[in-house]
Amino acid sequence: MSFITVRDIFQSYDRRPIIERVNIEADEGEFVSIVGASGCGKSTFLRLLLAQERPTRGEIRIDGADPAKEPGLDRGIVFQKYSVFPHMTVRENIVAGESLRSGWGRFFGEAAKAARARADETLTRIGLDHVADNYPATLSGGMQQRLAIGQALTAKPRVLLLDEPFGALDPGTRLSMHDFLQDLRRETGMTVFMVTHDLEEAFKLGDRVLVFDKPRWDPHDPNAYGATVTYDFDARDGGIPFQTLKEDTHVLAPT
Amino acid sequence: MRLINIIPGRALAVFLVLVPFVAVMVAYGIGSEIRLAANAQDKLLPAPSTVWDTMVRLTTEGDRRTGRILFWHDSWASLQRLFLGIGISALLGLIFGLIIGLLPIARSLLAQFVAVLSMIPPLALLPILFIVFGLGELSKVVLIVIGTLPFIIRDLSQRTLEIPQELLVKAQTLSASSWVIAIRVALPLVMPRLIQAVRLSLGPAWLFLIAAEAIASDLGLGYRIFLVRRYLAMDVILTYVIWITILAFVIDWLLRKASRRFFPWAEDGL
Repeated sequence: MSFITVRDIFQSYDRRPIIERVNIEADEGEFVSIVGASGCGKSTFLRLLLAQERPTRGEIRIDGADPAKEPGLDRGIVFQKYSVFPHMTVRENIVAGESLRSGWGRFFGEAAKAARARADETLTRIGLDHVADNYPATLSGGMQQRLAIGQALTAKPRVLLLDEPFGALDPGTRLSMHDFLQDLRRETGMTVFMVTHDLEEAFKLGDRVLVFDKPRWDPHDPNAYGATVTYDFDARDGGIPFQTLKEDTHVLAPT
Repeated sequence: MRLINIIPGRALAVFLVLVPFVAVMVAYGIGSEIRLAANAQDKLLPAPSTVWDTMVRLTTEGDRRTGRILFWHDSWASLQRLFLGIGISALLGLIFGLIIGLLPIARSLLAQFVAVLSMIPPLALLPILFIVFGLGELSKVVLIVIGTLPFIIRDLSQRTLEIPQELLVKAQTLSASSWVIAIRVALPLVMPRLIQAVRLSLGPAWLFLIAAEAIASDLGLGYRIFLVRRYLAMDVILTYVIWITILAFVIDWLLRKASRRFFPWAEDGL
C-alpha cells in the first residue's frame, strides 16, 4: 500500500466536470510536480489533496487513514500569495505554526519562550533571522515564500502541498528558492506535491511529473469533459530514469 | 503639462489647505459686517469678536444659579453618551460581524435580517425608545447604538468575508479551531477596519446624539443648542457648533493615529 492513494477522483462544479478518473499512487518522500494548461484542474486537484474541497466521487487517503473532511495538520500548504499572516511578525508567523493548535491559539509563559527560541532556530536555518521582528509586508516575495514554507514545516505535515509557490518571483530568486527547497527536502525527506506552470522547474525539482490535460474534447462543448492525468513522467536523474549519466547532457542547464 | 500631473509643493499645499478655511471666515466676517452696519442689533450673524467673547464667557464663567460651568458639563454629558453608544456598537458589531463573516450557518441566519434591520430609519424609532427606556440616558445611548450598529455589522461581516481564503485554509492546516481562527486570524485582520467603520459611524452617532438631546434632555451639547435657539443666541450656537466640530475632528484624528500605532502592518487608509 503506497503512502498516498488517490482513487478514481471526479470533481465537478455545477455539474460541469473539472477533473475525472484521476488515479495516483505516491510513496513517502516522493516529490511530485503537477503541470498542465491553465484551467485544467491542477489547482482543483491540489485543493482536493488539501481536503479544502471534497471530491464528487472517489477518495484520497494518506497512509491508509480515512479520507479527510477538512484541512488539517497532516497536510501543509504554501500558496502563491497570502500564505503568511500579515498581522504577525516573521517570528510570530513561525510560532503560529505550533501555537494555533492550542486552545487560545497562543503560548503563555515558559512555553512561549521555548517556542520563540525554536522559531529563532528555524529562522536561522531558513535565513530570515535578521528580519525576525519585521512584518511580512516589508519582506521581498522570495523571503515571504521562504517564511511560508518554514511556517508550514513547523507544523510537521505528512505532505507538503505547494500551489505555484514561486510563480510570482523573479527568475533569480526562483533559482535560489529551488536550492532552498532541495536543501530542505534533503534534510526532512518530506513528501511534496507541487503545482507549477514552469516545466523546467517541474522536472528539476520533481521525482515525478504529472501532466493534467483533457483527453476527450468535444468541439461543440469544450466544457463537456474534465481533465485527467495524461502523462506520468519519471523525472529522476534529470529526466532519464534508470540510468546513471556519465556525461554532461546540458538538458537541464542550457548554456 | 496635464492638470493631473501638477503636484503642489509643500508650501503651496499648506496654503491650499488653509484657503477654504480662511475663505469661510472672511465670508462670514464680511456678511456679519454688512448686516451689523444695517442694524447694530442684528442677531443672525454676530461679529467674530462677539462670538469670541461668548466663547470665553461660556468656557470660564459659571452658571448664575448653580455656579457650574455649563459648557464643560454639557460636553462631558454628551461625550459620555457618545462614547458609550459607539463603544457598545463597536463591540457588538465586531462580534456579530465576525460570526456572520466566518460561519456560513450564522450568515444564513442573520445576514438578511441585519440587512433589513439596517433599513429602519433610527429616528423613527426614537418615540418608541423614549416610551420603552424613558427619557433618561438609556434611550439616547440606545438610539446611537441602533443608528450605527447595523452599518458596523454589515461592514465588518463583509470585511471578514473578504479575508483571503488562503489565510483561513492555512490556519486550518496548522490545526487551528474555528475559535482560534476567529481570535487569532480574523479578529486582528478586521480590527483596523473596525476603527475605520467607527470613524465613518461617528457622523451618524453625533447626529443621533444631538437629535435625542434636542428632544428630551436637561444637559448636553445638543440640548443647549436647541435651548438657546429660542433666544436666537447665534453666538452661543456658533460656539457649540465649532466645539462639536473640533471634538469630532479630534476623535477622528485620534482613531486614525491609534489605527496606525496598533496595526502598523495594515495599509494606510485616508
